[in-house]
Amino acid sequence: MSAVLEARNIDKFFRKPVEYHVLKDISFVLPEGQFTSIIGKSGSGKSTLLYILSTMDTDYEGSLYLKGDLITGSSYKHLASLRNEYIGFVFQFHYLLLEFTVLDNVMLPALKLGVKSVEEIRYDAMEKLRMLHIDKLALKRASRISGGEKQRVAIARALINNPAILMGDEPTGNLDSYNSENVFQIFKQLREEEGLSLLVVTHDQDFAHRTDRILEMEDGRIINGN
Amino acid sequence: MKQWPLILSIARTHLLTKMKSTVTAALGVTFGIGAYITLVSFMTGLNTMLDDLILNQTPHIHLYNEVQPSEVQPVNQYALFGDDLLQIRSVKPKKGQLKIHNAQPILKNLKSSKGVVGATPQLRAQIFYLSGAQNLGGVLVGMDILEEERISNLGDYIIAGSPSALSNSDNGIILGIGLLEKMSLRMGDRVQVSTPEGTVFPLRIVGIYQSGLADIDNTQSLVNLETAQRIMGEASNYITDIHIKLSDIRQAPAMARQLQAQYKVKARDIQDANAQFETGTTIRNLITYAVSITLLIVAGFGIYNILNMLIYEKMNDIAILKATGFSGLDVQNIFMSQALLIGLIGGLSGLILGFGLSHLIDSLPFETEALPTIDTFPVNHNPLYYVIGITFALLSTFVAGYLPSAKAKKIDPVQIIRGN
Repeated sequence: MSAVLEARNIDKFFRKPVEYHVLKDISFVLPEGQFTSIIGKSGSGKSTLLYILSTMDTDYEGSLYLKGDLITGSSYKHLASLRNEYIGFVFQFHYLLLEFTVLDNVMLPALKLGVKSVEEIRYDAMEKLRMLHIDKLALKRASRISGGEKQRVAIARALINNPAILMGDEPTGNLDSYNSENVFQIFKQLREEEGLSLLVVTHDQDFAHRTDRILEMEDGRIINGN
Repeated sequence: MKQWPLILSIARTHLLTKMKSTVTAALGVTFGIGAYITLVSFMTGLNTMLDDLILNQTPHIHLYNEVQPSEVQPVNQYALFGDDLLQIRSVKPKKGQLKIHNAQPILKNLKSSKGVVGATPQLRAQIFYLSGAQNLGGVLVGMDILEEERISNLGDYIIAGSPSALSNSDNGIILGIGLLEKMSLRMGDRVQVSTPEGTVFPLRIVGIYQSGLADIDNTQSLVNLETAQRIMGEASNYITDIHIKLSDIRQAPAMARQLQAQYKVKARDIQDANAQFETGTTIRNLITYAVSITLLIVAGFGIYNILNMLIYEKMNDIAILKATGFSGLDVQNIFMSQALLIGLIGGLSGLILGFGLSHLIDSLPFETEALPTIDTFPVNHNPLYYVIGITFALLSTFVAGYLPSAKAKKIDPVQIIRGN
């Protein structure tokens, strides 16, 4: 099984207000099609690690490989296009553009990628929404739908470019148990039916224990699961 | 770049959902540009009018003989005095004629010269207007009135009668309006003029002349060149002044120097005669631009403020756009295009506002004794000002949008997302 993401000897320091060694020599491999969760106490560095893996944080030492290619040291522009094409994000907060319709929100990353025609993208976006059972909301403004629905729209947006990996930072953190379960089922379904790789940072022990692999972090190190 | 439709559609959605701020920002630009167009059109119209008032009555080059003392006195030429120190007291002007020597050949030569639109002969003479017991001193100008009308806008200043009426009449006169009023005369009346020597001539008033300058209107009247020569008892080659109009006014000083040397007459050019008008024009233009730029800077600050607020409100949107693969430059372009859209919309409506206002001013009545040809406010509708206006609008919104959008470009999505 080939690796979708590989981290080698990642070190990260916070320089303000005082120098602090957050991540200490982290190395691991994420194989394709695996549902991985990262757990750990607050301050263990799990979110920091996720943002480095997401390519948004470039201030670290060590090296990062996406689908076998070294991406450490790439230009911001190149990293942005890599994120656009290969990485989907779901955050604790939905981060939808509230002035736009649900459909527009889902279409945006694909329009940015600019590979398919607008009609194809619209069709794809409707497919993703249908899969998540929110196709009825497509033409509503993003500000007019409920919290659980927003999170599902965010998942649809993350999937629109058929990414290599879906990353989540506490994707269920703001949801009630019903909607949390819903999101978990969606992730599981994606992994089983589409073979999508997932990497989710969570506080939720129940959620984590139902994933394929748990990376447990403490004080900037992976202490379990590697 | 194929991403532009996407970037513009995001910019448009931002602008439309923030209608109030968008309109406020655009209105700032509208008023700035509108005021600029109105001001500059009106001011330059006024400038042109004021310049015309003086400059059109001044020939580009004026040839005449000046009364002056001889530079070389006879005693200097007498060799016997050699190195002696010679002093002459009470030097008097040389007795010479005011007539331009060989005027006809000079005229003929000038008319065929390159860059000369026209050259007209004139005879200027001191005369008296007789009105009952009063003798009013004045100037009689004999001229080829039809040619004069062609090369200057003299015709505009003849408020009654016409140049052709004068040229068709043997003993006609076009009288200055000040003289007409002083002597209580009307069109068609007779007026008697007398030369300094005492010869009296009756002339019929075929026109009235109002230049707007009281000094001229109170003393000067126009007759045919032949009439003037007859009154003065001179031959038909007696010409005291030659007025020259050039196709390019900037050639005047150089040409004047050349003519002065060539024909041994005094040649005065228009810039020499009216240096102060340049200064006035420059200062009025300076004021116009200072006011317009101030207005646009104020509008620019408005845009800067509104964009700053917008970017502050849209932090989350910027973060997610970057997270999902929009580069910093894409984000900057989104906000820059908003600024430029505001500038374009505001600027275009400013042009319309300025167009409307300047045409309104153009239609307002403005009647003054001094300016017989003008009955509404003078406005210069030069399309160039509209080009400058829209360029100004885009430039100022570009500058105003640059700083906030550069800030948006630099926003670190991790900080925003982790901060929530």
